[in-house]
Order: sequence, then structure tokens, then C-alpha cells
Amino acid sequence: MLAHSEEECSLDFDAIEGRLGLSRRDFLKFCTGLASTMGLPAGADAAIAKAVESARRPSVIWLHFQECTGCTESLLRANHPTLERLILDIISLDYHETLFAAAGHQAEAARRQAMADNKGKYLLVVEGAIPTKDKGIYCRIGGQTAVDLLKECATDAAAVVAIGSCASWGGVPSTKPNPTGSEGAGEVLGAKVVNLPGCPPNPYNLISTVVHYLTFNKLPELDAKGRPKFAYGRLIHENCERRAHFDAGRFAGEFGDEGHRQGWCLYKLGCKGPETHANCPAVLFGDVSNASWPVGTGHPCIGCTEKGIVFTKPIHALAELKTVTPPIFFARPAEERGTGVTFAAAAALAAIAGAAAGGTAMLARNLGKSVPEAKADVAAPDEQRGG
Amino acid sequence: MGMDRRNFLKAASGGTLAASCVPSVQARETRTMPEGAVGLLYDGTLCIGCRACMAACKAENDLPPEFNEIEGSAYWDAPLDLSGRTINIIKAYVGGDSDRKDTLDGYAFTKLSCFHCVDASCVSCCPVAAMTKDPVTGIVSHSKEACIGCRYCVAACPFGVPRFTYDETFPHIAKCQLCRHRMAQGKFAACAEVCPTGATIYGPVKELKKEIARRRALAPGTETEFPRGHIGSGDTHIAPIANYVDHVWGEKEIGGTQVLHLSAVPFDRLDKKPLPDVAPANVSESLQGRIYHGMIAPLAFLGALVFAAKRSAKALGEQGEAGGTDAGDDRKGE
Amino acid sequence: MAGSDAHPAPAPMGGRLITPWTVFLGLLALIAVFFIGKRLIFGIGAVSNINDGYPWGIWMVFDLVIGAALSCGGLAMALMVYIFNKGQYHSLVRPALLASAFGYTLAATSLFFDLGRYWNFWHVFWPRYAQANSVIFELAVCMTAYILVMWIEFTPTVMDKLGMQGLRRKFEKWLYVFIGLGVLLPVMHQSSLGSMLVIFGPQINPLWQTPLLPLLFLISCLAMGYSMVIFEASVTSVGFRRPLERKILGSIGLVLKWFLIAWLIARFADLVWRGALDPAFVPGARSLMFWIENILVAIPLFLLWTPAWRGSPQKLFLAAVAMALQGIIYRINCYYTAYDTGDGWNYFPSLPEVMVSLGFIAMEILAFVIVVRLLPVLPAPEPSPNSAPAS
Repeated sequence: MLAHSEEECSLDFDAIEGRLGLSRRDFLKFCTGLASTMGLPAGADAAIAKAVESARRPSVIWLHFQECTGCTESLLRANHPTLERLILDIISLDYHETLFAAAGHQAEAARRQAMADNKGKYLLVVEGAIPTKDKGIYCRIGGQTAVDLLKECATDAAAVVAIGSCASWGGVPSTKPNPTGSEGAGEVLGAKVVNLPGCPPNPYNLISTVVHYLTFNKLPELDAKGRPKFAYGRLIHENCERRAHFDAGRFAGEFGDEGHRQGWCLYKLGCKGPETHANCPAVLFGDVSNASWPVGTGHPCIGCTEKGIVFTKPIHALAELKTVTPPIFFARPAEERGTGVTFAAAAALAAIAGAAAGGTAMLARNLGKSVPEAKADVAAPDEQRGG
Repeated sequence: MGMDRRNFLKAASGGTLAASCVPSVQARETRTMPEGAVGLLYDGTLCIGCRACMAACKAENDLPPEFNEIEGSAYWDAPLDLSGRTINIIKAYVGGDSDRKDTLDGYAFTKLSCFHCVDASCVSCCPVAAMTKDPVTGIVSHSKEACIGCRYCVAACPFGVPRFTYDETFPHIAKCQLCRHRMAQGKFAACAEVCPTGATIYGPVKELKKEIARRRALAPGTETEFPRGHIGSGDTHIAPIANYVDHVWGEKEIGGTQVLHLSAVPFDRLDKKPLPDVAPANVSESLQGRIYHGMIAPLAFLGALVFAAKRSAKALGEQGEAGGTDAGDDRKGE
Repeated sequence: MAGSDAHPAPAPMGGRLITPWTVFLGLLALIAVFFIGKRLIFGIGAVSNINDGYPWGIWMVFDLVIGAALSCGGLAMALMVYIFNKGQYHSLVRPALLASAFGYTLAATSLFFDLGRYWNFWHVFWPRYAQANSVIFELAVCMTAYILVMWIEFTPTVMDKLGMQGLRRKFEKWLYVFIGLGVLLPVMHQSSLGSMLVIFGPQINPLWQTPLLPLLFLISCLAMGYSMVIFEASVTSVGFRRPLERKILGSIGLVLKWFLIAWLIARFADLVWRGALDPAFVPGARSLMFWIENILVAIPLFLLWTPAWRGSPQKLFLAAVAMALQGIIYRINCYYTAYDTGDGWNYFPSLPEVMVSLGFIAMEILAFVIVVRLLPVLPAPEPSPNSAPAS
């Protein structure tokens, strides 16, 4: 707490306000929001604020290959008033084909200049898939094939971030029959890159990744597919606001039916939430309103972040349920049930058995003693000892 | 005490016992499926383990949630087995990794609820006719009002379906009755109604068997339409055919059942051990029928016994003073 | 033939009712009453370990199935004396009948408290509910009728005590019917205790599951009945310091021997006929229990083989104990060892469950002791002295 307030006090809020057009309050809210998006501990928001405020902006080179520019669009069209301003202020966007004022050789020269100036320090953001068939001739920029350009830029980059499903794993261009042999950046480079899949991806996840890098000088923790765990660690299904309807078996049967209007689960309409990893239900999408993400608006998730789901499975096809696997709280076909032997019961039974055995032995002995009496009894009744 | 009486007795008692041992002299007829029998088809390969059927079942049958001690499941309905509070359960076979469904080294789902046997042991063994089989729909239902709580059905059911609430002061048996109370409202089994993948569907057993034959005839991997809800509901979805094992659980088991299961994992891994084709209820009733048929043998035996008792009593009486028969009558003997 | 044998008339034992032993038995009975009260208030699960895998605990299997078989002394003696006209055993009938009556009554009482919905028990006897295909229906009706018959058979003893000779003579004209019923009914329900398992079908291991179960249970219960007559006579002899009817018991030993032979023939002929003997040679708990069961038949058979050995009270007594134990183990095997209720199920009686069963045995012994002291049950020693309690 102390460190927190110290750092907070040391921030020059006036400078921030002047630079970003943000009030102190909004700026801190933004930093706290980022920290919680990434699941960082208390105090990290202050560190983020410090890092952002210090304006040590990393150089970013943004490459476009086979894509629709939807990733950039989603970033720019974010309705949140200052999101794009923040992004563009936090980073030094030294090369971006869509946003660049420069063109042609001038632009390529700027890229080379930035790469040379920030060797080993700049971030490389890749948008779009990379065609590999026929020596990559299907995508050329400034005379270079996409493969060559990517490799050239990646060589001296501090980190490579693949934004969108195309750059992450091929996306639309790689859909069967994949005429251009499209692949994701990670596949082409043969190295681990940060994948931020999604069609389009959530801009919050890009800014969180960048700010994480800025604050801690390292990339956030990644999963086996190179995706930041803070954003792709959970299934849509796990945080879905309609989950309770799923668990209760309340499914919308078709668009506009009673269940659909009641906001029931969209699983039967083909929702891919149960097999799609993304944080959409938690951070929402598109900044429209407080229910603004596909499922919130009544459309089933199409699994846009997952290879093998979006562009592969029909939108109406039923999803596999990944939450339950391996099913931890499912009963096994034969569970251990019932109460076995307890000490008290076993001891009681042993005591009874012992008493019975002892009694039997004693009786048998006493019977032996009474033999003469019994013999006598046949002829004449014996005398009662107790008489 | 002549030899003829003794022989007669031997013949009488021996005959009764022999009648009980001669196999299939007058075995009861084999029960057949009612014409209008309805049931469920559970295709484990379509099941996603959402347990909507369990939730709907509890809601429709007014059953309380059941908690267990497994971590993370202490706060919601997470039964480990059928019980007096759970009459339908989805269980999971886990043989390996989570990314391989319906293989022995992966995982698979199975359902346990009443199979509504054609020749149900519970119906045969219930001493007070609390378990009854509907002659039209074939639904095996239970009457709490009639039940004495002897739990013979719990012990006798080869599927382990009827359960008992041991922890209640006024306990009762619980089992699936195929939502017969909903049929009056024109509805069908709740578990089938809510199933989003058509893993559980409801319908006439004849139609269910046709659907099973259709699925088994298709090559694994073939994309086909699967009905949801009930047969002929019109609500379908397309999915590939799984690699079914060559066994339809319930087709022949103990004389056939009205709930049928398909699976891609051998049934014995799903705690569905091999069962004979002959209904134990048939064996038991045939045996009892032979011994007690029309009460002829017992009454003949009784006649012989009374006759013998009278003769013996006379013999005893000769030593005593009167024709007393009881143990105490010859206190003055000798 | 019977007339040549002298045997004393029955007379009350007399003596003190309150002794350390009866107080101890009374305490055990009180503990059982406490747990039954708990069961009535909080449900069966509060005192018993029974569950859906083992819905029948020891209250059913020990108190009813085994308890009724151990109470077959009355049937065994009635069969011998009244049906096969062996009057020389007459003096053993009354005590055997009394022990049986108490055994059955308490078995039925125990079963009543084991019923989950005991307030509905009358449904079994009500035509609207009764379901005649059920073995339990047959069992319930037969056992209830037999208990009534036994107490009716016992009334002459009470009439003797009260000196109601006139009423007794009238009553005796009808006694033949009750004697006939007193043999028929236990034959029916003792075999039914075996038939009860037939519907369990494949859940009972083939070593035990057979259509011959009713016959096996019948032979077994008669063998247990004769064993219990020897056992009770021996215990009464030692406990009350009375002479032992050695010659008579020796003859019963011979009968027992033939029942054991019949049992072994029926048991193994059935197993060989069905080709079901294989599981007996698969190492495991089931085969072990199977062989223990059979060794316990071999022991009494050996002990009873020669007339000289049958004349030895110890050998007779031990043979009777072994045979009773065999009957118990056979029934435990049928109902538990052979029962495959599905993977994962566990059952072991809880302490309260054991205490209730023990309490019922205590009640039975206590009631027997009180009755023989007050009513003419046991043959009086001659000349009849004031017999004093042994304990």
C-alpha cells in the first residue's frame, strides 16, 4: 500500500492530462483495469501507471500480410473514448501500412531506420497470414515476399506479437483448400511468438500485452499455443453470463423463439463457447455497452480464436464440451460407496465371536464333567447339586 | 405308523421338493414388450456431459440437490451415484486424456436411470405391488403409498436402479418413472426434452430401435442428422457417426429393456457388466409357480401331515391316558 | 415303541429370575431398545450401515434368515415326534418349540424395525396390495402364520400352568391341524429364504445361485434345527445343572448325520450338474468361504460317524456347533459373499447394528430363561427337588 501511494504521488498527473487528455481519475482507472485484465496482483496498477506515465515508448513495427485489416480496424474503432489514443501514445508506431502517412520507398526506409535505431528493442506486430506456397509469391510488399519481410523484421525484434487469427495460426486464408499455403507467423518463423488470436482480436489484449512488456520488461505468461494466459486461459463457457441456463438445461431452440428472447443458453444454436478459449465474457468486445459481446447480443460464439473451429466447423454445429475434460467432478461409473469395517464394529464382532468360542469351549468341558451324571440319569435321576 | 403311511409321506414331501427342482416343467411364459411401449435411447457418443438432463429431472420430479465431498463440488448438485434424491445421473469413464472422447484411453459418458425392463425384477419381487408395469406404455412405476420399505427391489434390480432414502425418518424408494406425470400434460421425459445434442431421445421403443439400426448401419465418421427431444420432433442437428461397439445395451439384457444405450466404449467399462438374456424374474416366478401352483402341493402335503400327526398322537396317547397330542400331554406317562 | 422309554413330565424350573446373567442380558436388551428408538426417530441410516449396494444388513440376514434357521428346532422335533412318530423324543419338543417361538417372534420383530416404511407392514396381508409372485410375500405370510401356530401349540403349556384342563381337552381336538401347519409353514418359508435369492439372478455367484436353493435351504435348516436341539439341550443341561438326555441326543445325532449326507449330495450334485464348480478353484474370498462352508459340514459328519462318538456329549455338542456355524456361514455366503452388487460398494455392520442384533438374542435367551422357570417346559427331574439356579 505504501509503495502504491508513493508511486502514485510521484506521478505527474498534470503531464498525463496534457498528453493523453485524461483526468487523473480516468487514467488510474485505466491502469487498474489493465492490471485486473491481466490478473496482476495489487500494486501492479501503480507500476503500470508509472510505466505509462514515464512515456518510455517502445518502438513498434506493424506488418500486414494476408488479412482484411479487421484487427487494425477493431483497434481503431474501439468506442472507448481514449483507447486508441492510449495505444498510440503508449507505443511509438514507427511502421504501420494502414496508418502511415508515408508510402512506397519512403515508408520502407522509415521501417529500416526504426529497426536500426531500436535494434533488439522494438516490438514486431504481425497482422495477417503468411503465404508459403510457390516461394511465397502470393504476397509481396516493397518487392519482398511476406516470408522474407517477416524474417527480416523478426531477426532483431525484442518480441514478435501475432495479432488476429490469421497471424496466429493462418486464419481465413489457411482455410481448406488453402491455395496459397498460408501459415501463421509462429509457424513461418519456427519460433515462439505471442499469439493474440481472434477474428478480430480484442484490442484490450494487445494493449495489456504491450503494457505488460513495458512495465515488467518481459512478455506475459503464455500457454502451449503461445497465447497470453491472462486472456486465453479460460473457456468462454466458464465465464459466460448464460452459463446458468446451460447448467439448468434451458436452451434456445432457434433464433427468436421463447428461449432466445429469455436469454437462454445458445448451445443448441451452435455456440462454440464450450470449446473456445478467450476472455470475451469477462472484458467484453467492441465497447458498445455492458453486454457487448457476441453471446451477450444473442448470437452464438463462433470460436474465432480457435484453430479448427472457426472457418472449419459450421456455425450451427454443436460444440464439444472442453470444460468437463478430464471430468473432475463427474461420478465414475462405479464410485466407492458405503461404509466399510470400523474399529468399534469389528471389535464388537470379535468380542462376540470370542465369547461364543469361549462359551463353546467351556460348555464342552463342563459337558465332559457331567457325563457320569448323565449316565446315572439313564437309570435313575441324578441328584441336583444345587438342591 | 405303518409302512404305507410312511411311504405316502415320503411321496408327498418328496413330490413337493422334486416339483421345485425339475427344471422348466411349467415355466412361466416369457414376457414380451407391450405394443405401445415407450422408452429412451441414450447415445453416449453424442453426450457432452452438460448434465442438463440431471437438472431437468430434479426440477420435474421435485428432488433436492445432493452434495459430495469432492473438491469444488460441495456447493451444487453433484451426486456420485443414483440415490433416493437422484434418479438420473450422467457418469464419466476416464481412461486417459481429456482430448480423446469415446476411446478407452480417453473418456466417455454414460447414463444411469431406470431401464424399464420388459420383465422387471422389481415388479416381480415387490410383496405389496408398489412396483407396477403399465400394460400399455410399459413404464415401471413405483407407489410410495403402497411401499413397505423392504428394499427387495433395491437388492434384486440387476441394474442397481431403485434407491432408498436411508437417512430419513419416513424413508421411501426413488426411481425414474419416465416422467409419466408429465405425459398427462402432453409432454414427454424431461431428460430427453432438454438434451441439447439428442444424446437422450424419447419415443416408442419400435421407433427407437429403427433409429438404432440406422445409426449402426452408417459407417463411422459419416455425417448424419440426429433427432433431438423425441423421435419425429423435427428438431435435428448434424454430427458424425461414432465408432459404436457392436452391442446395444438393453436390447437383450434380462429379457430386454425399454431404455436402450449406444456407446463407443465397451459397456463393461461403464459399469454395465454382462447380463443374461433370461429375466431372473421369470426364473424366480417359474420356480415359485411350480412349488405353489394353485396351492395343490402344499395342501396335499398339509393333509398328509395332519393325518400323520393324528396317528402319532394316538400312539403317544396309548402310553398316556388320553388322546393328547401336545408336548405336555403325557406328563403322567409311566 | 415310544412307550418303552421313560421320560419325565415337564415341570417349571423355579428359581430366581434376577441373577447377574439375567441382568447382563437385560442390559444388552436395553441397549438394543435404545438404538431401535434412535432408528425410529432418525431413520435406519442413523444406526445402520446398510446402503443401496447392500440394502439388506445383518438385521435382515442375521436376525431373519439365520435367526429363523436357528429357530428350526421346533420344526425338526415336531417332524420327528409327530410326523415320523418317534415318541421317545417327546421331552425335547416343548423346549425346542419354545426356543423356536421366541426365535421366530424376535426375528419378525427385528424385520419389522428393518422395514423402511414399517407403518405399511399390513399391506402384505391386505388383498389390495398383496403380490403373490413375491417371495417376500410368501415369506411374510408364512412366517406370521407360523408364529401364530407356534404360540397356539404352546398354549397347552400355559393351560397346564393355570390348571385349565377342560379347555385344554377341547382345544386338543384341533391341535392336529396346528401340528400339520407347524410343519408345513416352516417347510414353505425356510425354502423361500433360499428362493428369495433366485431373482437376484446373475448378482449371485454361480457357486451359490441355483434353482435348488429352496431345497438346499430346507435341508440346511432341518440340519440346523437338529443341531440346535442338541445345542439347547446341552446348554440347558450345563446352565441349569440338569441331566443330559444322552441317548436321545445320540439318536438325533444320527438323524443329523443323514441330513449332512443329504446336504452334501444335493450341494455337489447340483454344482456338478450345472458345471458351476469352477469358481471354487479360483483363489479368492469366494472360493475360500465356499471351502470353509464345506469343511464345516465335514467336521460334524466326522464327529457323528460312529455310534460310540455320537454317544459322547462333547462330540455331539461340537458337531452341533459346527453344523450351526455351517448353516450360518452358508447363509452369509449366499447373501453376502456370493452377492455381486456392483463395483465400489462396501458394507460392514455398524456397532449399533451389531448391538441391536445382539440385543435381540439377549431378549430371546432372557425370555426363554424366564418362561422355563415359570412354566412347565423342561422335563422335571425325578424325584423333583427344588431346583436352584446354577448361575
